[in-house]
Amino acid sequence: MSVGYVETQRVVLATPDDPLPLSSGRTLGHVEVAYETYGELSAARDNAVVVCHALTGDAHAAGHHGDEARRGWWDNIIGPGRPLDTDRFFVVCANLLGGCQGTTGPSSIDPETGRPYGMDFPLLSVSDMVGAHRRLVRHLGIARVHSVVGGSLGGMQALSWALEAPDEVGSAVVVAASSRLSAQNIAFSAVAREAIMRDPDFAGGAYYGSGRSPQTGLAVARMMAHITYLSEAAMSTKFGRRFQDSETPRFGFGVDFQVESYLKHQGESFLSRFDALSYLYLSRALDYYDPFSEPDAAGQLRRTAEAGTRALVLSFDSDWRFDTSHSVRIVRRLEHAGVPVTFREVASTAGHDSFLLPVPEYHAIVAAFLAVR
Amino acid sequence: MRPDLELVASLVPAGSRVLDLGCGSGDLLEHLGFRSCRGTGVEIDGEAFLASVRRGVAVLSLDLDSDLDAFADDSYDVVVLSQTLQTTRRPRAVLAHMARIAPRAVMSVPNFAFWRHRATLALSGRMPVSVELPYPWYQTPNIHLSTLPETEALAREVGLAVDRRILLDERHQPLRGSVGGNLRAAGAVYALHRR
Repeated sequence: MSVGYVETQRVVLATPDDPLPLSSGRTLGHVEVAYETYGELSAARDNAVVVCHALTGDAHAAGHHGDEARRGWWDNIIGPGRPLDTDRFFVVCANLLGGCQGTTGPSSIDPETGRPYGMDFPLLSVSDMVGAHRRLVRHLGIARVHSVVGGSLGGMQALSWALEAPDEVGSAVVVAASSRLSAQNIAFSAVAREAIMRDPDFAGGAYYGSGRSPQTGLAVARMMAHITYLSEAAMSTKFGRRFQDSETPRFGFGVDFQVESYLKHQGESFLSRFDALSYLYLSRALDYYDPFSEPDAAGQLRRTAEAGTRALVLSFDSDWRFDTSHSVRIVRRLEHAGVPVTFREVASTAGHDSFLLPVPEYHAIVAAFLAVR
Repeated sequence: MRPDLELVASLVPAGSRVLDLGCGSGDLLEHLGFRSCRGTGVEIDGEAFLASVRRGVAVLSLDLDSDLDAFADDSYDVVVLSQTLQTTRRPRAVLAHMARIAPRAVMSVPNFAFWRHRATLALSGRMPVSVELPYPWYQTPNIHLSTLPETEALAREVGLAVDRRILLDERHQPLRGSVGGNLRAAGAVYALHRR
């Protein structure tokens, strides 16, 4: 079953008197966070499960906002009887810091100038995103969450939360994630950012208020990123070499193949919901993410082991964006430190996007792991 | 729990850090958990892996034949290998990893030299199928069957010395006496230490 009608809520979690410190040394004097909750918080306040979303997700993980056909991005895993069982857990999902869907990011108003931050927004790390989430959880009156769950960049947040504040986290579920992007991963990010920054409408990042935005660049960035989210087999099955509007090729440079039409649609529909500067800031945070090389990594791992925080690490065999070797690196670090860690490479043909899909074995493992108290 | 697992458990000192290779549904680690041993299981079979997760056991889906280098030298106190050695492609490499990962090991193995197997082979001229080895030859996971002295010899070769050997009957119950073990025992549990 799905959760029904839900509303996105907003809360201010940092003020000039109580700013949010960032790992860059800068602070944010006004942080607003958009979030949704599903299920009921128990009297003991011990049944919270926090969902961290990936690069372009939002707070609307489950249920609907009025149109039952349009459900949250992770509706298949959240709900009564589903792995993130809302009969049992109080599920929280927030738009991440630096995003553009209700939580403070580069398109928000800088209280000091009264204008959008733009490129004056501080560079963010995954720890900073976790810092905002931690304030939200405290605001909700929760001292320790049962679990933090996420895929891709969401999994990185779950991992960092377990490492940085193990006393606040019973377990972390880290799906299709990485503790350190490879050169190939960074290369894809770099091309996406180049597409945005070389768009004339990017205007050096000062496009807010100009009435224009780097739409071409952002759409191209999304199209390319989308290729990395699917496996070759999934693309072959879904599109093959079929033509979009005819049985035979039209021999030209327009959109002719189905896969071209699909990517064009992905690029264009992305424009209405995402901001180019958020894309730059969030993808850059991914590039620099490397928690096990932080100066205090050994101490963090030791404290995580001492706190008894458990970890579930899952990868998918067709994911070539963050293939299984990325997950195995995380597993080895945790296991060597004595953190109780569970790992499996799950079979799925869908590539990196598998983490969003109801792959039966994957959901069964997550459900079984979360059910352990 | 299988009787031979009870025996295996009894050979693991309380408070040890235990790596259970081929942990199945995690019953040994769950049992040891009650004796405050910290444990990690390794299990590649999907059903068994899921059963371990349900029990709250930390379990890694790794291949014993290719992935054991994931574990650091001396990172555990005891490595357990129960009814698994004969299913690996490279038993010698698995034993060598065990000797590297922990100073102690507990291992249970079937014995192909058990009199009933010998009798079946000698009298009927057919591959033995028994409680211990229940599969026909073409679909058995038991691809490296051995006898007790040969298993012991291989353990010695990779630097593992036998502390104790407990002979088992077909129902995994301990046998009395040690004379004629390789004929009388359907299997054995070994306590080993690194020389």
